[in-house]
Amino acid sequence: MSGPALPKLTLAYYPGCSQTGTAAEYDRSSRACCAALGVELVDVPDWTCCGSTPAHTVDHFLAGALAARNLLQAELAGFDRVTTPCPSCLAALRTASHHLAEKAPAENGAPQDSGPNYRTEVERLLDRPAPLRASAVSVLQVLTEDVGLEAMTSAVTRPLTGLRVAPYYGCIMNRPPGLMQFDDPENPTAMDRVLTACGATVVDYPFKTECCGAAFGMPRLDIMQRLSARLLDMAASCGADAIVVACPLCQMNLDLRRGQVNAKAGTSHTMPVPYFTQLLGLALGLPESGLGLDKLVLPLGPALEAARAREDKRAALAQAELAARAARKNGAPANGNGPKENTPCA
Amino acid sequence: MRIGVMVCHCGNNIAATVDVEAVAAAAREFPDVVFATDHMYACSDPGQGTIEQTIRSLKLDGVVVASCSPRMHEVTFRRAVERAGLNRYMFEMANIREHVAWISLDRKRNTEKATDLVRMAVEKLRHNRPLTAKSFEVQKRVLIIGAGVAGIQAALDCAEGGLDVILVERRQSIGGVMSKLDKTFPTVDCSVCVLGPKMVDVGQHPRITLHALSEVEELSGYVGNFEVKVRKKAPFVDWTKCTGCGACLEKCPSRKVPDSHNEGICTTTAITIPFPQAIPKRAAIDPTVCLHFTKGKCGVCKKVCPADAIDYDMQDEIITEKVGAVIAATGLDLFDHRKCGEYGGGRYPDVITSLQYERMLSASGPTAGHIKRPSDGAEPKTVVFIACVGSRDRSVDRPYCSNFCCMYTAKQAILTRDHIPDSRAYVFYMDIRATGKGYEEFVRRAQEEYEVQYIRGRVAQIHPTTGPDGNQLMVRGADTLLGVQVEIRADLVVLAVGAESAHGAPALAEKLRISYDAYGFFLESHPKLRPVETNTVGVFLAGACQAPKDIPASVAQASAAAGKVLALLSKDKLESDPQIAQVQTIRCIGCGKCERTCPFGAIRMRELRDGSKRAEVVETVCQGCGICSVTCPVRAIQLAHFTDSQLLAEVNALCRTWDETTES
Repeated sequence: MSGPALPKLTLAYYPGCSQTGTAAEYDRSSRACCAALGVELVDVPDWTCCGSTPAHTVDHFLAGALAARNLLQAELAGFDRVTTPCPSCLAALRTASHHLAEKAPAENGAPQDSGPNYRTEVERLLDRPAPLRASAVSVLQVLTEDVGLEAMTSAVTRPLTGLRVAPYYGCIMNRPPGLMQFDDPENPTAMDRVLTACGATVVDYPFKTECCGAAFGMPRLDIMQRLSARLLDMAASCGADAIVVACPLCQMNLDLRRGQVNAKAGTSHTMPVPYFTQLLGLALGLPESGLGLDKLVLPLGPALEAARAREDKRAALAQAELAARAARKNGAPANGNGPKENTPCA
Repeated sequence: MRIGVMVCHCGNNIAATVDVEAVAAAAREFPDVVFATDHMYACSDPGQGTIEQTIRSLKLDGVVVASCSPRMHEVTFRRAVERAGLNRYMFEMANIREHVAWISLDRKRNTEKATDLVRMAVEKLRHNRPLTAKSFEVQKRVLIIGAGVAGIQAALDCAEGGLDVILVERRQSIGGVMSKLDKTFPTVDCSVCVLGPKMVDVGQHPRITLHALSEVEELSGYVGNFEVKVRKKAPFVDWTKCTGCGACLEKCPSRKVPDSHNEGICTTTAITIPFPQAIPKRAAIDPTVCLHFTKGKCGVCKKVCPADAIDYDMQDEIITEKVGAVIAATGLDLFDHRKCGEYGGGRYPDVITSLQYERMLSASGPTAGHIKRPSDGAEPKTVVFIACVGSRDRSVDRPYCSNFCCMYTAKQAILTRDHIPDSRAYVFYMDIRATGKGYEEFVRRAQEEYEVQYIRGRVAQIHPTTGPDGNQLMVRGADTLLGVQVEIRADLVVLAVGAESAHGAPALAEKLRISYDAYGFFLESHPKLRPVETNTVGVFLAGACQAPKDIPASVAQASAAAGKVLALLSKDKLESDPQIAQVQTIRCIGCGKCERTCPFGAIRMRELRDGSKRAEVVETVCQGCGICSVTCPVRAIQLAHFTDSQLLAEVNALCRTWDETTES
């Protein structure tokens, strides 16, 4: 392999519960891409629930303790950085590190009666000292910042030329910005850059961070249907072959529930919703079986074929155009009409 | 020595948390104190009268007043003791308001601390010596930095008052932001028509020397006698020959340069005269884009210039001027909306800034006053204005209000409806801040007479969309009065970008030795009572360099600053502060450390007859900072009024031994 050397990097890896079930393909493709790009992942030993939605809606200290336990497991195994594919896990782990890093009220001069101290409370629940240093980063951040786009581009062997993709980040990959400290919260571009490195054509998708309604999937199906339909309509009007995601909940919502959305909106969107790691894996030339493409409800194959066919046609047309131009050149010389210059303002 | 002490109640400000009578009683026991009392308001006329009377009747040698900060009233009390015949430096102040009463409610400990501070002041006073000020000549000339409307107004006022004015402008022409505006609120009169004559006056005034395309390189000296170095950047055109005919502009082949006067909505040439009313109306070459400089192969302007004014070999020139005072009037820059991803972050051509829109509205702008959207040149039928872009927004570190955006947005909405009668105008706003004279009525006119739709709420997102009217922008936001989400299909979106300090403002502030806030705006000496002064004597502020300001406020502050400068320079001589460094030549070993450490260049080495060297303080340059006196390895330099013995006396008064503390 030529180009910049791949990093030798070993990180703790926190899969998260979705990645063992509904999003197994995200887990599989994340591991495969990291391995191919020189990032060794070591599972957090005996990892447990991150304390996401069900816990933090009930008790912040409990949620914090659940996240802290996993960070502590990583720290005890000798890791300061934990990477996870799932934005929801990421938010839970980063929130815990953030609060644990805060000074105790006695130290920062706040009044003593401002409620229990986070670290004290978390340590009481853990029955152990809470972690001191460990913090979490997304797999997307590791790939864009630690591996880097240059290394990634030079590792691509099967570019996804011609595939038009709409990158959809979801609501929490970059937010709240103060907590996530990654990419632009309003117009993130990390996934755009990864997909561009894969050779795909990234459409300017304006709904990158709009809500897909996943959280309302159970209690208010109508809201979910309306919000998801907007995302799909916009992706279609942008001419995307696929919506590319980085969140297992968004993926399930846009993929598995497509029938519900189409039925309500009276549409027939069929565009697939792969994880960005699956497309990256394809571009890196990894075997499809290792990327879990078969786990997608809406198959990726037709989109890839359509792109390929379109690309072949374009290439053929370009060839013909080139031939025609050559023929013209040999015949009558073309008229030398240069591009008009802009008139300066008065 | 006979010392008198007065402890002030400051109404309830001090007396509420300090037992002032007890402090006065304690003070009576201090050495040399022959009289101590308390007073409701020491600074009042009766308070000062008591001080003067007591000095006379008890033949006092010095006075201590325990009250507020010396920044507040030291000068007041120094004058009072002077009236009673004492030297003004035989006075000390103990700050028991800001340093004691306002910061703690513990009356007992407050009283103890106040007593300690008075004890320190008394000990300091016992070591004080009378000091006399020297007087020096002043330069009756003023330097004004920045020639926007504030700088122009200040220059004209100072010049009319009889001062010579050195006016320095960074850009090629004077006029500032106001010269880019089409109309001004709330009168909707033509901006350049009211500014233009003033610009001409500046160009023609015999007392004003204008340096355009110039920047202040360095300022040294002190009030009355500043010396300024100005870098006159090479325009590559001899301005003494150039007639401003414009022949070079017509022939310049480099035509793709973004036009900064038109906020980049059109292009211009590498050699330019920024706008027809420019003062000075002279051409200048931008060497970063000129083909002669970048590729080394063009020379068209030199060939066509009828006055033979083009000089490609011209170099920057540094000139030195002596002035007595300085007015900073460097104005503002605008927030860069590319930081706001929700408005497209600069990706959408039809999302423009208010100043770009202003150039479109202007009859002398690139579109000759026709509103055309950048993407396709079509006339927009729906224009959405978004207020507070980069104002009152902590997420982009701009928590302050930019002051004038509400008003110019109302004006632009009115002008939109004037220019395109069948258009609709929407304004998304947080609050409408229309506090000036005639401002609220103006906003009402926009809403009622011109039917501009005001929507109270923020815009969450702008994205492109296609509809029956072609390519448009979908503006999605909240209407917080109705509690609903709103979506508007707009042809053009105008962002009311907020104000930022002018770029480079902090660097200039450091050259001028004035303070600036976290956002780069220059700090006034007192927000209410000294709004045009800075903490550096002789340096004044005018216009938006101090805080975002509209035109009326900028002009008012400019005239105020000019008034201050005229008052200052109306005297032929100024008194120097005697609180400066003094060298004891006998002790000095001539090591030169003080010379190297002095930030003002106020120390030079003098050679004695035997060839050895001694430090010498240039009295008029020394600012009394005291750095030299702590640097001196042999304690040969003492700062008058803050000598080692005076400061140690204070320290000793505070850090008494345990025995002394328990005894008293």
